[in-house]
Amino acid sequence: MSSATHLRYEILRVLRNRVFYGVTLALPLALFFGVASGQRHATFNGTSFPLYFMTAMAVYGSMFAAVGPGARIGRDIAGGWTRQLRITPLRPRTDLAAKVVCAYLIVVPTLVLLYLAGASLGVRLAASQWLEMTGLILAGLVPFVILGFVLGYLLPVDAMTPALGGIVVLFSLFGGVYGFELAKSGPMFDVMKALPSYWLVQAGKSVLAGGGWPGQAWLVIAAWTVVLLPLARRAYQRSAARA
Amino acid sequence: MVTEAGSEGGITLSRLSKSYGAVPAVRSLDLAIAAGETVALLGPNGAGKTTTIDMMLGLTRPDRGTISVFGAPPAKAVQSGWVGGMLQTGSPLDHLRVRELVALTASYYPAPLGVDDVLRLTGADAFAGQWTNKLSGGQAQRVRFATALVGNPDLLVLDEPTAGIDVEGRRDFWHSMRDIAGQGKTVVFATHYLEEADAYADRIVLIARGQVIADGPATEIKARAASRTIRGTLPDGDTAVLRALPGVVAFERHGDSVILSCSDADMALKALLAAFPGIRDIEVRGGSLEEAFMELTADLVGTGADLTEATR
Repeated sequence: MSSATHLRYEILRVLRNRVFYGVTLALPLALFFGVASGQRHATFNGTSFPLYFMTAMAVYGSMFAAVGPGARIGRDIAGGWTRQLRITPLRPRTDLAAKVVCAYLIVVPTLVLLYLAGASLGVRLAASQWLEMTGLILAGLVPFVILGFVLGYLLPVDAMTPALGGIVVLFSLFGGVYGFELAKSGPMFDVMKALPSYWLVQAGKSVLAGGGWPGQAWLVIAAWTVVLLPLARRAYQRSAARA
Repeated sequence: MVTEAGSEGGITLSRLSKSYGAVPAVRSLDLAIAAGETVALLGPNGAGKTTTIDMMLGLTRPDRGTISVFGAPPAKAVQSGWVGGMLQTGSPLDHLRVRELVALTASYYPAPLGVDDVLRLTGADAFAGQWTNKLSGGQAQRVRFATALVGNPDLLVLDEPTAGIDVEGRRDFWHSMRDIAGQGKTVVFATHYLEEADAYADRIVLIARGQVIADGPATEIKARAASRTIRGTLPDGDTAVLRALPGVVAFERHGDSVILSCSDADMALKALLAAFPGIRDIEVRGGSLEEAFMELTADLVGTGADLTEATR
């Protein structure tokens, strides 16, 4: 029963951190209304601006949530809790799994709130399209969860917030999250298309066009996952050896 | 399925070595602890106590040597729930109350004790509703003790459990500890408080520079060092003769009084009486463990070991 109780307390710890939880949910929502309400009839790259920006802000909030488990691991290491856990029968992977579940506890309401906000500005999708878009976003977030773990194990706790925040901002900037794209063609565009954040933002448009993501998107997500996983394993081992 | 810890295995550390870079922390350390024993690892800061304990708990991998905890490697013993540990660093968790932290820890073990019983036993029941990151030093220590205990482990490992705690808190702690050690648990604790090792351990293992330098009951540790002194009034004794008496390692004169520090007080006293029948006011005193400690670690002076800290 240890994993169920552990998960229950991990969830409790997230929900009790009300300020953090509230700000995490409210920020992308506020940005969405602030920018999109004046442009409800505008178009962007061939789709309606509200659909594009709804997806962008859902992705923005979700990326912060996805790197969150790594940040929490970092804090647990700094506070000595990880060492304490390692001298109990609890398996480290149970702790990791619980933290990932907690991340999705933030991701799912973020998506739902943004969808409602988008609908209020005229975004209309079929039920199957909403679901498909959600599926694409959840899959596209996997590299960010792993990236969070890599940095959580490697970085000192003081550096964690600026590093994770900075990385999410960079991915957002190059992924077109902020409502503009840095390039439409050329080498810069190639760089953008090699980032999972770019494809995350395209999720809404791809679903509307039908057929979901192109093969290239899946390739990019898979490549980031395959590269980051062994790094996370190495970072964990390094951290465990130091403890 | 719950596996029982082997009752006769005890804990065995064989030729254990660990270095941090070029600095050796533990050097070919051998130690065998029987099940049910309460053993103090006593030594100055930097002696290698924490490194030894970390290896016993599976937190640190030894460079060389082996450890067996009830017949299993440390990681296996920990996973089986045979081990409870109280580390030096605290384990406060954001947004969790004391009672919840103890209940959470209990849930990791196959056969834990009752959470309320453990809170009462450790005196943490008085602040069970407090947030774990808002505790005083003494309260945090009780909570760490409760989390070490609640899994009902066969082996309790405590790394300087009373560091930074006031005298009253230390007394309360050891009072609870005695009840628990009486239940047949194996207890290993590190300390640099000599009086704690003396008062609460069946056996003291003196560690300095990563090695065991003495190992035995507290009385034996004292006897092994020049820890008895003979005093007497002897106005006309020849200093050279006194110093050369068998069993005497040091000699002082204060006016008519002489003070002999002895490695073997029995032998020294017989020789003293034979050589100086006129000696009066004879007094033989057992040395404190502190003196024994100073004696046994005397070769460390000048090597940078912090003896003032170790013997406070």
